[in-house]
Amino acid sequence: MPRETASAVAGPPPAVTTRTAARERAARNRKVGVHGARVAVLAAFLGFWEVCARTDVIDPFNFSQPSKIWDQIQQWVTHGTAQGSLGEQIGYTLYEALTGWVIGVVGGVLLGIALGRIRFLADVFGPYIKVLNAIPRIVLAPIFLIWFGLGPASKVASAVVLVFFPVFFNAFQGAREVDRNLVANARILGADNRRVTLQVVIPAATTWIFTSLHVSFGFALIGAIVGEYIGATKGLGLLVAAAQGTFNAAGVYAAMTILAVVALLTEGLLTFAEKKLFRWKPADAGDGR
Amino acid sequence: MSKTPAIELTGATKRFRTPSGALHTAVRDLDLTVAQGEFVAVVGPTGCGKSTTLTLVSGLEEPTEGEVRVYGEPVTGIDPQVGFVFQQDAVFPWRTVLSNVMAGPRFRGVPVAEAKERARDWLGRVGLAAFEDRYPHQLSGGMRKRVALAQTFVNDPAILLMDEPFSALDVQTRALMSDQLLELWAGTGSAENAASVVFVTHDLDEAIALADRVVVMTAGPATVKEVFTVDLPRPRTVEAVRLEPRFIELYREIWASLGEEVRITRERGAGRAA
Repeated sequence: MPRETASAVAGPPPAVTTRTAARERAARNRKVGVHGARVAVLAAFLGFWEVCARTDVIDPFNFSQPSKIWDQIQQWVTHGTAQGSLGEQIGYTLYEALTGWVIGVVGGVLLGIALGRIRFLADVFGPYIKVLNAIPRIVLAPIFLIWFGLGPASKVASAVVLVFFPVFFNAFQGAREVDRNLVANARILGADNRRVTLQVVIPAATTWIFTSLHVSFGFALIGAIVGEYIGATKGLGLLVAAAQGTFNAAGVYAAMTILAVVALLTEGLLTFAEKKLFRWKPADAGDGR
Repeated sequence: MSKTPAIELTGATKRFRTPSGALHTAVRDLDLTVAQGEFVAVVGPTGCGKSTTLTLVSGLEEPTEGEVRVYGEPVTGIDPQVGFVFQQDAVFPWRTVLSNVMAGPRFRGVPVAEAKERARDWLGRVGLAAFEDRYPHQLSGGMRKRVALAQTFVNDPAILLMDEPFSALDVQTRALMSDQLLELWAGTGSAENAASVVFVTHDLDEAIALADRVVVMTAGPATVKEVFTVDLPRPRTVEAVRLEPRFIELYREIWASLGEEVRITRERGAGRAA
């Protein structure tokens, strides 16, 4: 119908503009639709949970309910937790996770690149790293607690062992799979081994490394939380443990919700950093070079 | 021609171990001499070992047997006088165009300001002065190739090895790039001697239009089958030289030799496929 009126009034060119406009409008509508549906899914889920709890279909004592969780979060925010203010708990967990993450990433990247570049080291250490990787590393958390005590150090240690391996393997793979042409070109242009590593291998491996950074920050959080859960004086993991100890299901869920928000925010920051760092990459990776 | 030849291969053989463990001979008993300032094109059937020959000269690979000499000296590693233009894109995607061209001088310890000046000069010569801040992925294939040329020429190589550099480009761009290459080549080296070039290609047109001599390789393992002298006057432009009767004569002569090897390669491929 719009096309008809347009061509009747002004001929083909306006028809084209209306068509682009229509396409834009459709794209906008689609976006609104997706966002709306997302919100609706969340609302339906929470609503269903709340209704089930209120009508005693599920036991609110065990399963809690969204309104109680919300109350719990509000209470923590306004009156603080039994261990101190909520901000302090979040700060502790973030501090442990971040420290562990940085150490794990630096170690993983350095060792990954070194082993990727130096065949001899890779051949010697390869089997050991595989064995260490095969251990379910989360069980190391109690050992770290014995070694390093209740303070942040034991949590940092569990975060490090969780972060190190994925970062290491990606850096190793990245260093191994650098385009041979690029390395040959750099060598012909006059680069020595050190320059090849610093200026060709590392930049080429950053894509691989960054992939692992996203995943590994999640691992760092897990390491810190599990460490705190097992034994700590501060932190979100301790909140979970304390709430569980008093059969406060709402407290467990509330701590989980806070964790999820923290994880999402840091993930967003990482994506932002990645965009800044990878300006040299084509915007659409699937577009080919 | 009493001067030391720029490149001398004597009885060079290169064998590789294939992933399945078998021994594969890429180049067999190859003799080839390139005089200083000479432009030699190497043609041969696909996959016959032409590229391997170049990697032997560059020092990226060592010959299994035989000897490779550059300016009379045996090749033991990568020679700083050598420039290499690769078949695939080998410009650094994370560096801007200017930074890519600066890479060579910077790797060789030239101060930033001077490297930048030299890089700008070469970018101007390949017509990319306005694109120095772009990243390679923002350029067309032909432009990326020009970056690669500038990147190589900025080091002032006395020996220029080119491995099917223009094969990924469309026909029109290729002709344009060939002319540009001849122009750049004329401006290299010292006054009396331009750089010596070994240009590997599978395009006979390109080979005749560019070179002083055309070397025909046998089907793999590669060795020299025949050498033809291209007695067409310089300076040449690719589109014009193609129409000369002597060009067509040469083409016919060389193709008679090359075509046979291509046929052998094709029959082998067919035999393997069957």
